[in-house]
Amino acid sequence: MSDVKKDIKNLRREFQFSGQRLNRSMRLALKSLWLHRLRSLLTMLGIVFGVCSVIAMLAIGEGASSEAQDQIKNLGSLNIILRSAKPPEEQKVSNTQQNLVLDYGLTHLDLRRIENTIPGVSSVVPSRLIREYVWNATHRVDCEIVGTLPAYPEIRNQRVALGRFFTFRESETGANVCVLSGGMARMLFPTESPLGKDVRVSQDYYRVIGVMEAGAQLPGDATAQQGSSSIPVQRMFIPLAAARMQFGETLIKRRAGSFEAERVPLHEITVKAEDRNAVANVSLAIKDLLTRNHKKKDYEMIVPLELLKQAERTKQIFNIVLGSIAAISLLVGGIGIMNIMLANVTERTREIGIRRALGARRRDIVTQFLVEAVMLSGTGGLVGVMLGITLPFLVTHFAGMKTIVTFWSPMIAFSISAVIGIVFGLYPAMRAAEMDPVEALRHN
Amino acid sequence: MSASTIVKLQDVRKTYQMGSVSVEVLRGISLEFLTGEYIAIMGPSGCGKSTMLNLLGCLDRPTTGQYLLDGKDVSQLEDDALSAIRGAKLGFIFQSYNLIQQLSVIENIEVPLYYQGRPEEESRETAVELAKMVGLESRLNHKPFELSGGQQQRVGIARALANDPLVILADEPTGNLDSSSGKDILNIFANLHERGKTIIMVTHDPGIAQLTTRVVRFCDGEVESDVRR
Ligand SMILES: Nc1ncnc2c1ncn2[C@@H]1O[C@H](COP(=O)(O)OP(=O)(O)O)[C@@H](O)[C@H]1O
Ligand SMILES: [Mg+2]
Repeated sequence: MSDVKKDIKNLRREFQFSGQRLNRSMRLALKSLWLHRLRSLLTMLGIVFGVCSVIAMLAIGEGASSEAQDQIKNLGSLNIILRSAKPPEEQKVSNTQQNLVLDYGLTHLDLRRIENTIPGVSSVVPSRLIREYVWNATHRVDCEIVGTLPAYPEIRNQRVALGRFFTFRESETGANVCVLSGGMARMLFPTESPLGKDVRVSQDYYRVIGVMEAGAQLPGDATAQQGSSSIPVQRMFIPLAAARMQFGETLIKRRAGSFEAERVPLHEITVKAEDRNAVANVSLAIKDLLTRNHKKKDYEMIVPLELLKQAERTKQIFNIVLGSIAAISLLVGGIGIMNIMLANVTERTREIGIRRALGARRRDIVTQFLVEAVMLSGTGGLVGVMLGITLPFLVTHFAGMKTIVTFWSPMIAFSISAVIGIVFGLYPAMRAAEMDPVEALRHN
Repeated sequence: MSASTIVKLQDVRKTYQMGSVSVEVLRGISLEFLTGEYIAIMGPSGCGKSTMLNLLGCLDRPTTGQYLLDGKDVSQLEDDALSAIRGAKLGFIFQSYNLIQQLSVIENIEVPLYYQGRPEEESRETAVELAKMVGLESRLNHKPFELSGGQQQRVGIARALANDPLVILADEPTGNLDSSSGKDILNIFANLHERGKTIIMVTHDPGIAQLTTRVVRFCDGEVESDVRR
């Protein structure tokens, strides 16, 4: 038999031995903690709440930021999205009883200029948005009709689930074809396939040639961004030329008994940059171009990449704030533990004397009180982890907020709680061990 | 079989510093105890008996002088070494029993074995045996507060015997007991003495001192008389 094997055998015995010892000191600690169960429980609460709130807040923060990032990513990180927006001064005028036509927004000239003069642009897709009812027999859907070009799905990261998007040719000729969003297809054609069927918008019929992928709601939509996310906006895509022919450029809205007409040539222009590095320059150039050509700010510009960066920065700040709150609450928990352990040590001075008389070394006493402190904080941590994992589920269930409990957040929170037990338990434990045995025995 | 020296004190002094005043509590004690002796230490209150017993029990160190326990000088050892000696060679019995309140009878008896690093099953067996010896086999899982004073002191004795000590040190073991429970305790002591244990007991009761083999009288920190019978 080799020496190495013997060594390992000895080592293992020692290991088992210390494992057994740890087990015994833990049971001993449990007995002492159980003696003052209410006090132990209250002491633990600090840690429980600290750990629980850390995990829950992380989960909520993570959920919110992932939702925001998903939305931004869906807009396309290479895209710059321009939208026509009613300038604030015009809004006042429209509130009067006068009937007048509002002229604002992005123009075909803007579109051509962007296409022709800005370097680093790979494609540009304009769209017109018209709010109308779409019918199939008696089924009706309040829908946003998007008049656009065949490149739209590609540039906006959307896929066709069924059939196809309209072709370049259909787009040129302004054919009366349409592609429905998934939800809308289900509403209009609950029992049958919509492909090849016709839908009606006021007097005109459009043949359904495709259905977009359902599921992820179309982000970047005004209503969706305002948070009424439970009812996704339904969309129907038709060729831009068809939209111009059927609806013209002047849209009339009936509102509160008065007419309101707007002339908006293009509602939206999506500009795709060649690569990530080009996004900043392209957006600057567009901004420049639009400020030069528009007297009023009747448009808005959304740069998803910038939003993404901003979201990341926000998340970082959030994490720092969260970290500080966590640190403070755990510190408070730790001080609670220290306080109780100090009282504990004073109260058990005589026990310490007895144990010392019976052969306990200083470090045995340190271990005993340290194990108690760590068990307090560890148990608190464990309960906190369980609550902290449960809480986000409840938040999701009752508040409808997205939450993500990452794998490592309970780990970290629990480890910190255990470390707190060691850090704040150490001083009382040392005080206990420093006591003179004779003095300790004389203590009442 | 001749008795050997187990405890040897040479000019042991203990001085307490109280502020600027120093009080010499033990003033040059020289004594020799043999294995198997049953010793009573007597004297008026405040003459230094407990201080003496604490020194003998390695709970404290003499200010000057030498203390040989089992042939080894233990008078100036460091704390860990003293703990080890207490754990291995000495057994304490206290006037107020000094049991650990949250532990049961059996667990209290096991405490010295725990610090000796004995395996759990072995400790349990030893503790049960000792509990039987002191007549507490039916109270193994009781807590100290559920026992009478006499029973508690019997647990104390069993605990003191757990590590099979060279010397048993008892500071007024019957001081808190009624006479009949006290008698029970003294019977156990007599029993232990018969089995060859060395017992050093502090008492102020001359009737109890009668039962021992040697009476050492203290007065004012000095040995006044030392009588063997
Ligand atoms: N830690 C201490 N500090 C100062 N004086 C002490 C200390 N311990 C004991 N003494 C004093 O030593 C003397 C002897 O005490 P002790 O040994 O307890 O006497 P007894 O013989 O009654 O057991 C007493 O006068 C007591 O006040
Ligand atoms: Mg005394």
